[in-house]
Amino acid sequence: MSKLKKITQFRLFLPILCLVLVLLVNLITTPDFFAISVRDGMLYGYIIDVINRASELVILAVGMTLMVAASGGTDISVGAVMAVAAAVVCNVLSGGQQSVTEYSNPYILGILAGIAVAAVCGCFNGFLVAKLKIQPMIATLILFTAGRGIAQLITKGQITYVRVDQYKVLGSSIKGLPLPVPFFVAMLVVIVTLLLLKRTAIGLYIESVGINSKASRLVGLKSSKIIFLTYLFGGILAGIAGLVASSRIYSADANNIGLNMELDAILAVALGGNSLGGGKFSLMGSVIGAYTIQALTTTLYAMHVSSDQVPVYKAIVVVIIVSLQSPQLKKWVSKMKLNKKTVSGNEVA
Amino acid sequence: MESGVVLTMKNIYKTFPGVKALQNVDFTLRKGEIHALMGENGAGKSTLIKVLTGVEEFETGEIRIDGKDGAIINRSPQEAQTNGISTVYQEVNLCPNLSVAENLYIGREPRKGAFIDWGTMKKNAAELLESLDIHVDVSAAVENYSIAIQQMLAIARAVDMSAKVLILDEPTSSLDDDEVEKLFVLMRRLKDQGVGIIFVTHFLEQVYAVCDRITVLRNGTLVGEYKVEELPRVQLVAKMMGKDFDDLASLKKEGEATKVSDEVVIEAKNLGHKGTIRPFNLTVHKGEVIGLTGLLGSGRSELVRAIYGADKPDEGELFVKGEKLQVNMPIDAMMHGMAYLPENRKEEGIIADLSVRENIIIALQAKKGMFRLMSRKEQEEFTDEYIKILQIKTADRETPIKQLSGGNQQKVILGRWLLTNPDFLILDEPTRGIDIGTKTEIQKLVLELAEKGMSVIFISSEVEEMIRTCSRMAVLRDGSKVGELEESELNQSSIMKAIAGGAE
Repeated sequence: MSKLKKITQFRLFLPILCLVLVLLVNLITTPDFFAISVRDGMLYGYIIDVINRASELVILAVGMTLMVAASGGTDISVGAVMAVAAAVVCNVLSGGQQSVTEYSNPYILGILAGIAVAAVCGCFNGFLVAKLKIQPMIATLILFTAGRGIAQLITKGQITYVRVDQYKVLGSSIKGLPLPVPFFVAMLVVIVTLLLLKRTAIGLYIESVGINSKASRLVGLKSSKIIFLTYLFGGILAGIAGLVASSRIYSADANNIGLNMELDAILAVALGGNSLGGGKFSLMGSVIGAYTIQALTTTLYAMHVSSDQVPVYKAIVVVIIVSLQSPQLKKWVSKMKLNKKTVSGNEVA
Repeated sequence: MESGVVLTMKNIYKTFPGVKALQNVDFTLRKGEIHALMGENGAGKSTLIKVLTGVEEFETGEIRIDGKDGAIINRSPQEAQTNGISTVYQEVNLCPNLSVAENLYIGREPRKGAFIDWGTMKKNAAELLESLDIHVDVSAAVENYSIAIQQMLAIARAVDMSAKVLILDEPTSSLDDDEVEKLFVLMRRLKDQGVGIIFVTHFLEQVYAVCDRITVLRNGTLVGEYKVEELPRVQLVAKMMGKDFDDLASLKKEGEATKVSDEVVIEAKNLGHKGTIRPFNLTVHKGEVIGLTGLLGSGRSELVRAIYGADKPDEGELFVKGEKLQVNMPIDAMMHGMAYLPENRKEEGIIADLSVRENIIIALQAKKGMFRLMSRKEQEEFTDEYIKILQIKTADRETPIKQLSGGNQQKVILGRWLLTNPDFLILDEPTRGIDIGTKTEIQKLVLELAEKGMSVIFISSEVEEMIRTCSRMAVLRDGSKVGELEESELNQSSIMKAIAGGAE
């Protein structure tokens, strides 16, 4: 009993339970969901697909978690920043041409330029939120709206293709690695972030500022600097996610890269059991949340739900998952249990 | 229900994780009586009130109220209000960015059809406040007013709900003497109208000034219910503490002048912050306890905030141990050995969701910097050390600080600053809303720290407390420092005179 209680009170219990439940649905509907085949030393299957496709979302969710925790608000520009980063990389590598089969500039220069521009976007958001104290959603609304326009300007309104095999690596797989490359990129991001949180005091600072910024200032924390740093970090991660997404289609599609992904990233944070009001956070919760969302999408595709209808089913499941984690519902359930107990107690008496 | 009784609570139980907050507590309130609820920090006073008003749920027991058959359960403060129980809490619970009128009528706005009747609301609000002798602009946002005025507005709101039971949870802790007297007039008027008033306070004088009965709690259990005239002060304190009263007067021996070193720690020259405190000079020596006194809003907090950099001073100079220091933000002051315990514990002191451990180590960690994280073991050792030294009552070092009682939260914050080993400690109302036992402990601690060479600025609304702890006092009036009193001049009447404006 007490062991069970210990397990249910574990912080990540509910997020993990939700992920498991979503996966279990497939046991009934799509029995071969869990089948994994091996071809040329590569693994294939629906599960691998989930792990692969969720990568960008995981990366975004990591950044989003920190921004939400420190500022108590969400960054809705991350999807657009992905598109901007992709446009910059492709254009640097193509040298401004619409389609190339070999690099015009060194690969590393393209990557660095893309991430640098994404970092600038993050700084811009961070400046508005941390220094000018504009509400995060409003502040990031600017790049949310303008970001894709900027990307279009960079690509001159066309889709820029970089048809070089090396460029495709980040978004596909390489021989010798059983899992696709995006997964490793996502894990690298998660591990580096976890190490940062564990080895430095930044995690404590972020939570402290998110809970009570006035008190944090009085104990010597520079609240605005910390919030700024989370937005800078969030911008860089959006850039990395943009690189992966662009590498998958070896092009910069300003209209579609990262489209609506900011919403999924916010949802991942919420599914991970994190409060969108800021303060205490669990990074792993958000990561699990991101995989849950992708598992859900893949599950629906596996059930042959047409892609137009997917959002409807997604919405239904999300409502269920979110209410499962609501403290109010927990209160009702415990009250119902209590009533039952007193009723049966009365009967005995 | 007996006639004349307006409220009974019987066999109430309530537990928080790791703490039995209330065990088998009874409470009876009669019509037209002012009933003091007394006890030390963590005795269960606030919990009892919260259970009564539906903020917290109780596990077993029953509550009955006059006019209702059978036991009632209040699931929310709104439900408690419908049942005739209104509350004014220790910490002001108003919406700061709404207007005075909106705050007074929130949730029960006068309506014209489907719309709020703003005209009537403002008119009613103005009349209500006029009748209570509170003079404010009803259309201005509440945040423009001092805590004292906000507290009075909260009381006005509760009073206006024509309650059978009015609960005042530490209402006087942020009021000055005049305002307290006004409140008492109001309380007596309500009492004559037959309202039962539950009065939670730490001020013994106030209990004996207005109350008819006293119920004492200790460690979540009921000690007893007494008539005021049958329970002398000393006995009351003994019952609250469960031991003989450690006489406060013996803290500092009468007539013994404190030796003050010549070493200057802090020197402010014409330091000021526009709009809050006019330029002032202040010198603090090593090992000295300086009191700041003055009425609420006289600039006591604002003066120390300018020194600490909480409000960046915009004129004048500050010297720390002879060196000029430009303070832009608190961390600059901290790096030069300052520490500041703010007046408003809930808003500026505690970081509510963080654990006791995190709340204690955070200031030291901020000083060390982001990249020099203290090891978990080190953090735990520091925490345990201060839990022990300050006798902090907590279930565990990982308990969120918000679950601790007010006095224990204050001790955690005190521990946070002592851990940084400051040369200069600023305590702004450290004993506000804290029980008498902890008050004594804090005063003793201040004297001990000064003995060891720490310089302290001590701000308190209680003059007696200041006389006991301070070796010198600075007097403030209307946002400027108007004078200083040497140790030999420290007595009630001279301080009162100085505050009122006769000692320049």
